[in-house]
Amino acid sequence: MEHEGIFDEMWGRDGVLREPYARFNAWFEGEDPKRLRAKQREAEELFRLTGITFNVYGRAEAEERLIPFDIIPRIISAQEWQKLSRGIDQRVRAINAFLHDIYHRQEIIKAGRIPERLISGNEAFLPQMIGVSPPGGVYTHIVGIDLVRTGPEEFLVLEDNARTPSGVSYMLENRETMLQMFPELFSHNHVQPVQNYPRDLLRSLMACAPQTASGKPTVAVLTPGIYNSAYFEHAFLADQMGVELVEGTDLRVVDGRVAMRTTRGYKPIDVLYRRVDDDFLDPLNFNPDSRLGVPGIMDVYRAGGITIANAPGTGIADDKAIYSYMPDIVEFYTGEPPILKNVPTWRCSEPEALAYVLDHLDELVVKEVHGSGGYGMLIGPTATKRDLAAFRKKLKARPGNYIAQPTLSLSTVPIFSRTGLAPRHVDLRPFVLVSPDGISTTPGGLTRVALKKGSLVVNSSQGGGTKDTWVLEE
Amino acid sequence: MRLKIRHRTRYVFDHPVSYGLQQIRKTPKSTHQQVVYDWTTRVAGGRKELSFEDHHNNIVELLSFERDATELVVTSAGEVELSNTNGVVGRHIGPAPLWLYRQVSARTRPGPAVRALTRAAEGPSDIERLHALMKLVSGAVAYEVGTSHSDWGAEEALTQARGVCQDHAHVFIACAREMGFPSRYVSGYLMLDDRVEQDAMHAWAEAHVDGLGWIGFDPSNGISPDERYVRVATGLDYADAAPVIGMRVGGTGEALDVEIEVAQQ
Repeated sequence: MEHEGIFDEMWGRDGVLREPYARFNAWFEGEDPKRLRAKQREAEELFRLTGITFNVYGRAEAEERLIPFDIIPRIISAQEWQKLSRGIDQRVRAINAFLHDIYHRQEIIKAGRIPERLISGNEAFLPQMIGVSPPGGVYTHIVGIDLVRTGPEEFLVLEDNARTPSGVSYMLENRETMLQMFPELFSHNHVQPVQNYPRDLLRSLMACAPQTASGKPTVAVLTPGIYNSAYFEHAFLADQMGVELVEGTDLRVVDGRVAMRTTRGYKPIDVLYRRVDDDFLDPLNFNPDSRLGVPGIMDVYRAGGITIANAPGTGIADDKAIYSYMPDIVEFYTGEPPILKNVPTWRCSEPEALAYVLDHLDELVVKEVHGSGGYGMLIGPTATKRDLAAFRKKLKARPGNYIAQPTLSLSTVPIFSRTGLAPRHVDLRPFVLVSPDGISTTPGGLTRVALKKGSLVVNSSQGGGTKDTWVLEE
Repeated sequence: MRLKIRHRTRYVFDHPVSYGLQQIRKTPKSTHQQVVYDWTTRVAGGRKELSFEDHHNNIVELLSFERDATELVVTSAGEVELSNTNGVVGRHIGPAPLWLYRQVSARTRPGPAVRALTRAAEGPSDIERLHALMKLVSGAVAYEVGTSHSDWGAEEALTQARGVCQDHAHVFIACAREMGFPSRYVSGYLMLDDRVEQDAMHAWAEAHVDGLGWIGFDPSNGISPDERYVRVATGLDYADAAPVIGMRVGGTGEALDVEIEVAQQ
């Protein structure tokens, strides 16, 4: 294809159709592009109707904006997925072991594998979690691992999302839409289902209930409310699981438990899937100005009366400063070399790394340690001289605030453009559920695609779109 | 020495409290220098929801107000048998790593005044430097009841040159951390020789010295705690060890009355 050296997941590097796409391509070639274009429009209309919208910060005029959906699926073979899911499993196991250790004996610091300052100087470390053992030993009930691909066998972890990863509703809606639009495609291709996710999520959350729970555990989803950018997802997941969607004002401490107001009085909650950040979770223990949280929920949690999913303080595991130590962390806790590799990362807090980054700024991507959503980052190769100079200043002023990575040649997957198939860069966020019964990754995930030609930024806040992600049966 | 302690806090409200919680840290723990007997917390106008031990190893109780309460009375009482260890509390125990006590907290953030006082604390050994610091703190912050604010930090107390035991403790902690010692705030009871009735708990500081462990320093009285001191709660500063942290809906027009009795048995 046109992109020299870049791995296209459909056409490889040399334009030869890859096996996972064989059946899809046969179907595609038999389709009338006009019909597909109509289907693309229909799909967009479907999304508008179901109301999947996404609020973009700093864009008042378009408070609710649709994330564009592309009808060409991203297809992963069973073998590719097997290796990937083994790597994810290993990484998530390590993250949970790391969190337990960091909030207990801190063996990894004593062993000299990570510097103490990495934890002690980290705002994501939550002292109130010290000595707390969450029910079932699970810290990250729901994880999203952001992956990029650079070749047939090369998947790299870009970021771990161990706090409150979002996007799973898109994974589900994208599949639902494809099933409705192109049912015939799914009879030619045997695609592993993702539709069981809500059921699996509920089962997984229930398995993490505290010992105080009697009978069938009561689960609820805590949302910050309708003004939150992911409110749709909160409502969607509560609905799909058949559990209550609650806000902080619906909850209070009753008989030593966190209970929700119902028409028949207060009912205790065993497992709270919260989509409220740590700082806002409990005004009695954290930010006293928060109106989104539940006063005293941390006290109930520490007394063993509720499961909070994900556990407070898990941000210490997905912090970008920690990220660069993940290969060590995986090895320390699993005793195995990491199956999934990290993107090479320079920690600007280290003088030698900083010097290198300053010298090669126009080749690198520089990110804020605590940033997310693609805000506040520098993409060296596309930055102007002025941008580079400004960033150089920022780096020198607060080196510890930044990490740098090489610009990777991310794989592409075709999108359905006006002129037919056109390659665009993608990433992948599989969703992982953790319970005492084990770790399971839903086959597929959320594929985000940079719709602009040549663009590497896939964030929906920066104009990215999504695709249905297929993992084929063996 | 055996002390009998009774601590009663009474809140009266002009308008009823529709919902409210109090997180209290008023229960002392037995350690090698103090043994606690028959300690009870009684609540009128509210109820005890739960209790747990926090990351500083403090006993925490969560209380809730009765619906539409106009009065809440919390009475803690018990006896404590004390021995004099010359301020030595001993090796670090509890879930928190020692490095936590090197962290700067809101009320112990150092400024120019804290740094200047730190530089003046000299001595041939760690212990002597800390004792020198204790004297400097008492000299720099005059003990004046009712003139400081409970939200003052170390730097403000030093700049204003006045305060109470809480301010003394914060200044000592901020300086000790600047000197490189893990340091923490202690709230507790102090038996006074001339009277039984008091109107506030006492506060002092502890610093961790390699080889000796935690050692107490009471800048307000210029001594290391002896058998008259009952340790109740510790933390990075007042906010972690405060006897009461509360929230409520309604309950305007609060009147607070605190009675503390510390008597030798």
